[in-house]
Amino acid sequence: MTTDALKRPPPRNPILPLRLPTLPPGSRSRAALHLTAAVAEGRFELQKCHDCGQIQYPPRDACTACLSVRLVWQPISGEGELISDTVLHHSNELYYRHLVPLRLGLVRLKENVTVLSLLHKECPAATAPVRLRAHLDKAGQATFIALPTIDTPNLADDRILREMTSDPKFRKVLITDANSATGHALCKALVDAGADTIWAGVAEPWKVRPGFSSIADLPKVTVVPLDLTDNRSVQDLAGSVGAKVDILINNAEFHRSSGISDRPGTETARAEMEINYLGMMRLAQSFGPAMRARAADSSVPSTAWVNILSIYALSSLPSQGTFCASKAAALSLSQTLRAEMRHAGIRVVNVFPGPIDDEWTQLIPPPKLPPAALAKAVVKALQDGVEDIYPGDVAQDLFKKWRESAKALEREMWGQ
Amino acid sequence: MRTTETPASVLGELTQALAAKRLRIVDLSQTLAPGFPQIVLPPEFDQCAPFRMEVISHYDERGPDVYWNNISFGEHFGTHFDAPIHWITGRDLPHASTDTLLESSFIAPACVVDCSADAARDADSLLTAARLREWEERYGRIPPGAWLLMRTDWSKRSDPVAYQNFNEAGQHSPGPDVSAVEFLVHERHVIGFGSETIGTDAGQAAHFRPPYPCHSIMHGNGRFGLQCLSNLDLLPPTGALIIAAPLKILRGSGSPVRALALVERTARHYSSGAR
Repeated sequence: MTTDALKRPPPRNPILPLRLPTLPPGSRSRAALHLTAAVAEGRFELQKCHDCGQIQYPPRDACTACLSVRLVWQPISGEGELISDTVLHHSNELYYRHLVPLRLGLVRLKENVTVLSLLHKECPAATAPVRLRAHLDKAGQATFIALPTIDTPNLADDRILREMTSDPKFRKVLITDANSATGHALCKALVDAGADTIWAGVAEPWKVRPGFSSIADLPKVTVVPLDLTDNRSVQDLAGSVGAKVDILINNAEFHRSSGISDRPGTETARAEMEINYLGMMRLAQSFGPAMRARAADSSVPSTAWVNILSIYALSSLPSQGTFCASKAAALSLSQTLRAEMRHAGIRVVNVFPGPIDDEWTQLIPPPKLPPAALAKAVVKALQDGVEDIYPGDVAQDLFKKWRESAKALEREMWGQ
Repeated sequence: MRTTETPASVLGELTQALAAKRLRIVDLSQTLAPGFPQIVLPPEFDQCAPFRMEVISHYDERGPDVYWNNISFGEHFGTHFDAPIHWITGRDLPHASTDTLLESSFIAPACVVDCSADAARDADSLLTAARLREWEERYGRIPPGAWLLMRTDWSKRSDPVAYQNFNEAGQHSPGPDVSAVEFLVHERHVIGFGSETIGTDAGQAAHFRPPYPCHSIMHGNGRFGLQCLSNLDLLPPTGALIIAAPLKILRGSGSPVRALALVERTARHYSSGAR
């Protein structure tokens, strides 16, 4: 059975009431949250006993074979076999009521663990080899879906997979600052990804960059005024397109390079906070409620909110101290945003790039992340349905070090 | 005889003239609004903050019976007054900051030079000393202590992009050249210079010798600036009285003002064809 290619969805029938968002059951044990955490970062891991080597699922506090508490998280390939399958026709869970009939099955992984999994439409009938993937569901918790072993043309268009991801295809996207290197690249990448409409925000239109017209002239792109420092500007745009935005990509940032005591005054730091921190808050207040309300829209539901943060939100680069502080503030704010958006199942994606190759990182030696690579990573994160990404070598390296020892990394950053 | 009357009756007469609308009040101010553009400095510098407004309460849970806002802006945003300490050349002068300006600085007559045709032809057009002398032949000598206001109709550019008028070479907006500023300061002893554009200097004045003459020379000689004025087309060439008092900011270099002009009803103004 093949998946039909997604067609451009018709507009919502205005005489039918809006479908309200519901969530699958979201409670997990503390041990199970580790599985969710790995999936949120794009990894599939299960517990492995350090003492007897057993891999187990569901996650527990001790090994079910030898009672050892020395459990480590082990990457899982997902290779397995569908050993049985069935179709669920009824559920008392509100969330599943609109998804039934729903294919379910038991998958035995090659690690000899059996899990209950949703089945992709193209997943063959039991018994058959499958690929098991872990995804975040609408509740933001890890869940499994079994896929056929080879990719097919419209694999991503499966309705269950689309519940767990935020593929930009046919979706309406707001990019909060199109008048920047990252904004240019994001506009192009989202056109290529098949977005239905791209609203390209521009603050201070008298300062448009050379080459901006090549973005403004792209099909699907509409330039809109948006200044995140101005509450009224944010409200005005929300008033005109807020009820249509399916994916909001907040890439607006103010970036200057100075420590905190080598540049007099606080005006630049304030300007960074105005956009990087308070700007996100203004967006959340103006766009958040409408996006939450439309999260189960029968046509194209609103689905994701992306924040372009910085790897330096985790550990300050002293030569850019004020910028890092504003991004750390934004990271903290985004965690609250995620908690507030989760009731509707809107995914908040945080992007932690290293230095982006733009005019504000001139003296930072390579490797620097090209804006196009950032944009590509954002689109992929939406397609994959992950929550946190660390695109580029520098981000990957610093993230690894941060996980190993945030304290050691703090010292190491002094020399950067 | 009026000239023998007491000062109190001067105000009485003024009051009567206002009530009888023999004097009209012209508002020369732009609205303080978030969409009005602010001066642009190179991006590596700290910037002049634009006008921003955040609600404290609006008859809501934050204050059921009150509507009020917190506002913020740079000293040099919107229709505003430049005090001499705005420029390094005026830093040591007395009575040169917003809190120490003499009260007599706030009310002064105006001479209005209509440069709107030149500005329409060429955004970089400059007001020269020769042009000022020409104006004087027609309207009389510019009196000491008067404002020289340069009418360009720039304030009618309601699109901020057209108002800023940037291209790769920077900003393009009209202003005085060095000769005009020297003439006004040293030969006519004006109180200051006023413009409809975002600054008193021309958009390309960074390239003048000296750069920014209307800042460096005016302020270096204790004179003032008014910019982002509007409605200059409603003023007569001579005879208007300007009231422009900046906020009394401690060591302030300038401040937004509600600039007003008193104009005699009988006065002919440029837009009625009196050139």
